[in-house]
Amino acid sequence: MKAVVGHRLFWPAAVLVVMLLANVVVTPGFFSIQVRNGHLYGSLIDILLLGSPLMLVALGMTVVIATGGIDLSVGAVVAISGALACYLISGQEDQGAVSGVLVAVALALVLSAVLGFWNGLFVARVGIQPIIATLILMVAGRGVAQLITSGKNINVNSPPYKLIGGGYWLTLPFAVIVVAVVVALTGLAVRRTALGMLLEAIGGNAEASRLVGIRSRRLIVLAYTFCGLCAGIAGLMISSNIATADGNNAGLWMELDAILAVVIGGTALTGGRFTLAGTVLGALVIQTLSTTIYTTGIPPQVTLVFKAVVVAIVCLIQSPAFRAKVFRRRARPAAPPPASPAAADVEVNA
Amino acid sequence: MPGAVLEMIGVSKGFPGVRALADVDFQLFPGEIHALMGENGAGKSTLIKVLTGVHAADAGEVRLGGERVSVTGPQHAQTLGISTVYQEVNLCPNLTVAENVFIGREPSKAGAIRWREIRRRAAELLTRFHVDVDPGARLGTCSLAIQQLVAIVRAVDISAKVLILDEPTSSLDRDEVEQLFTVMRRLRDDGVAILFVSHFLEQVYEVSDRMTVLRNGRLVGEYRTAELSRIDLVGHMTGRTLSTLEQLHVRDETARVQAEPILKAQGVGRRGAIAPFDLEIHPGEVVGLAGLLGSGRTEAARLMFGADVADSGTITLGGKPVPLRGPNAAIDHGVAFCPENRKSEGLIEDLTVGENIVLALQAANGWLRPLSQARRQELVGRYISALRINPADPDMPARNLSGGNQQKVLLARWLITQPKLLILDEPTRGIDVGAKAEIQKLVVSLAEDGVGVLFVSAELEEVLRISHKIEVLRDRRLITEIGNTGTVTPEGILEIIANGTTP
Repeated sequence: MKAVVGHRLFWPAAVLVVMLLANVVVTPGFFSIQVRNGHLYGSLIDILLLGSPLMLVALGMTVVIATGGIDLSVGAVVAISGALACYLISGQEDQGAVSGVLVAVALALVLSAVLGFWNGLFVARVGIQPIIATLILMVAGRGVAQLITSGKNINVNSPPYKLIGGGYWLTLPFAVIVVAVVVALTGLAVRRTALGMLLEAIGGNAEASRLVGIRSRRLIVLAYTFCGLCAGIAGLMISSNIATADGNNAGLWMELDAILAVVIGGTALTGGRFTLAGTVLGALVIQTLSTTIYTTGIPPQVTLVFKAVVVAIVCLIQSPAFRAKVFRRRARPAAPPPASPAAADVEVNA
Repeated sequence: MPGAVLEMIGVSKGFPGVRALADVDFQLFPGEIHALMGENGAGKSTLIKVLTGVHAADAGEVRLGGERVSVTGPQHAQTLGISTVYQEVNLCPNLTVAENVFIGREPSKAGAIRWREIRRRAAELLTRFHVDVDPGARLGTCSLAIQQLVAIVRAVDISAKVLILDEPTSSLDRDEVEQLFTVMRRLRDDGVAILFVSHFLEQVYEVSDRMTVLRNGRLVGEYRTAELSRIDLVGHMTGRTLSTLEQLHVRDETARVQAEPILKAQGVGRRGAIAPFDLEIHPGEVVGLAGLLGSGRTEAARLMFGADVADSGTITLGGKPVPLRGPNAAIDHGVAFCPENRKSEGLIEDLTVGENIVLALQAANGWLRPLSQARRQELVGRYISALRINPADPDMPARNLSGGNQQKVLLARWLITQPKLLILDEPTRGIDVGAKAEIQKLVVSLAEDGVGVLFVSAELEEVLRISHKIEVLRDRRLITEIGNTGTVTPEGILEIIANGTTP
């Protein structure tokens, strides 16, 4: 029991389960999943599908935060990526041509990676603080997206492009499959190679990492590039889902949700130890919260306040320091105090 | 002589487990520069903190102008007329010089700050002290010496009775120190009482009139600078006199100069850190760096690893000159470095013991070539047991280890890479006696296997016990090299440090 509670993924998972159960109480059919036209339908599938872009963006954010950095520009990259893909597709004679869509997708992803690389150069080579370096692209990026779309929404009518964010494959939403594959590949890349450990070393103690000979600059650039790429994929999903590139609103404030997902998942903003699985759980918590607000019919004027209260509670529950305080106060009469706070502080490695 | 402006009588101060000050008397007279001397941990900082009200004394009293005062904090000290300027300048680099002089006490009229008045008065003050700087310049753009002088001008203008200067010269170069001393002498002649703390013996002799020596929290004595020889001063500070020669086990080894040196430094130096020096380290040779704190020991060691970049000279590794623009070039040539600050520069506390141990090897391999799980377990297990790291749990977070075990983890990290040259900066500081002996033995056995070792330590006995030759540093200069022939004693080295010459 202690091992389960002490696991670093316990609290994010517990929060998610509680939220889902709360939904079942309000909406009895919440857990039901049906098969229609060979596709899976249901609220849980919706949460996965709608949460896909956020899971991807948060995944990239996790890697950046692990190095001790932060990327505020992901929302803007989401907009740019969708705008470029839709612009290229809308310019084609046959929007349904698979080859044309593939070229557009490839170019959008290359541009996203380049934008991430740009952020990485600012941080690692020029030495600007991450929050400032990425703020540049956060602000300028929206302008770039508008430039690509000439300030209008670009509608596309392309069945192959629609697949990315709104289609199904093997009964599952295609976007969910994409997320699963990207998460799995990233997990392999960071834990099967030494990448994860070196990133954690850089985020944990940059000077010690330098003195031990870690070439941290290239790893930091790599992290930001990956983060840009993830945001690019998310941008494709969002614009594909609504078949529109909206330079103004696509991915708006998404960087904040992504940072929140990382924190709820149990990765500290100060860098160092990170958990990809925790981030996925964190993103699902946020998406479940949004879905809950819609399904339970909370009046629109209080949704933001409701969301804020829940997020605050979740963050407090997730904080070891807060838990230790509450736990200690309750445990003092029974257990000897020195053991309990120390035990709560020790992190168990995933 | 007029009465003391500041007096401490029988002051004691303890911290859990430490007696930082025990029954210390201290007197400071107007118009004198008084040096406070002592080794690390002698109680100098505690004394200053009691004077400025950071700590309250457990016993004894502080008298200011003959009246007993109880200082409640630095602000209170300042209103009483005691100002302190620390080594780290506590001013705002983003404000102008004039603004810094008057920050927090701006002359104002009807709630509006009188900027012209600030600039005029700041200019006046700076001219009076012959500080050549534009009052409108941003402080951050001025040199460190100017920043320090501005801090002093500010402190003196606030309250001109007692000025405490805590290590003001440690990051200044020669000319800047002169400039500071000129200002100090001028203030002294104006009747200010100055308390001066410095690790540089020469500077103390150059500028101070009297000195008070502390050792292990106790008062050793109060002396006139002109009447105390350098050798006696060092004796008072360290508690050893030349007559009490301790019998030490000295390795009677001759330096192994026949082989090609692993590392050869020629004219290597860095402005403000260490003057250019020459040094050779041969395979199987342990070279000790000896000197007082602030003598440039650490600075010299860091240059040879590329932790800091030298701005003069060449370093030859394995017969070829290698420009060290960062640690990687040195690591590629088989140089390893355990820094002085284990926690902030060595250990990665978030990672496990095992991860910390394989980190250097993994960094050298690159992230695409991870060590296999089996190889990693084998290596980590072998070094944990060889160095007797306790507890022997590779999956424990490194932060939970004791200091000695953390040091062993850092040693293991580099030994795995099979270095040719190991640079150890204070590897035994702050660790228990058992671990200390183990690390010394390890160094000796590594040298027997042909590894070159550069060993930096503040403990002369330790340096003597394991080194083949000893480089003596003083005031950021390597002054001499002595072979450890068996006749060298800690007192002999102290004498060199004190006099700056070979006996």
